[in-house]
Amino acid sequence: MADHQAVEQHTLPPNPEKATLEGRNKYLGFWFFLGGETVLFGSLFGTYLGLRDGVVDGPGPSDLFHLDLVFIMTMILLTSSLTSVFAVINMKRGNYKGLLMWMWATVLLGVAFLGFEIYEFYEYYHLGLGFTTSAFASSFYTLVGTHGAHVAFGVSWITVLLIRYRKSGLTLTNAPKFYTAVLYWHFIDVVWVFIFTVVYLLGIGG
Amino acid sequence: MSSHVDPSAPLQGKPSKSTERKLKNEMRTQLISFVFMIFITSMAFLSIASDAVPSGFAIPFILILASVQVILQLYFFMHMNAKGTGWVNVMIWSGLFVAALTVATLMLLIGVVKY
Repeated sequence: MADHQAVEQHTLPPNPEKATLEGRNKYLGFWFFLGGETVLFGSLFGTYLGLRDGVVDGPGPSDLFHLDLVFIMTMILLTSSLTSVFAVINMKRGNYKGLLMWMWATVLLGVAFLGFEIYEFYEYYHLGLGFTTSAFASSFYTLVGTHGAHVAFGVSWITVLLIRYRKSGLTLTNAPKFYTAVLYWHFIDVVWVFIFTVVYLLGIGG
Repeated sequence: MSSHVDPSAPLQGKPSKSTERKLKNEMRTQLISFVFMIFITSMAFLSIASDAVPSGFAIPFILILASVQVILQLYFFMHMNAKGTGWVNVMIWSGLFVAALTVATLMLLIGVVKY
């Protein structure tokens, strides 16, 4: 392992996620994707807002929603956003153990959130809100369910990264991968801010 | 810098003094924005849960709080305030612009017409 084959030991750059061209491309491309996701959720929000008064004989928002459950879910997701911020700060410090630990914390909070959401949908179903009960039911389940699917995807994505790179140490290859996963996670929280405001709070207060 | 770059080699060394200082500041900024987000989220829930706030005021109020929180998420947690994020801003804001038009259009098209 002498001469030209010697593996260069890279020193830690200030922003390891953007140190390579590939990393910068991932970063930019991912934001392009997030812009598209914004429009996807915009169309679901618009549909929900247009149809939410169409409850027919089924239960309506004020019969179903419990603010305490939604508040707990909101706090869980907000905290998971903070733990992923800590993960990125540890990554920039070169503290790989810290990065992994905070990402695992993020995954755990994401799973807790999903658990609450499954419980919530289960309860609504038993209160008589099937997917095809009313226009409100369909648009509600589609909007909140699409968000829940994003959470499930984010949890699996981060878990796969954590298992695959459990022993590799921080490299110029995996830094952008963790970074984009964190951006995705924050975006999920951004969408949830609109969901708890527009769906739950307006459903009870408006 | 050598010509042979192996991106899968573990990164060595410690961050520079200035990076270390920057990260310390960032930690503080992020914690402050987190506490602030917790605060405005609680405000939004409280203004709906309690009867103290009339709903005519509470609805625009919580919509404004939601926008503030999203701006905080985008510009602090997702670092859209950093240098070199011009295109990032273009993409997200065009996304939000199209999304706003979509929401308004769908609300008017399927919400106002009663069958």
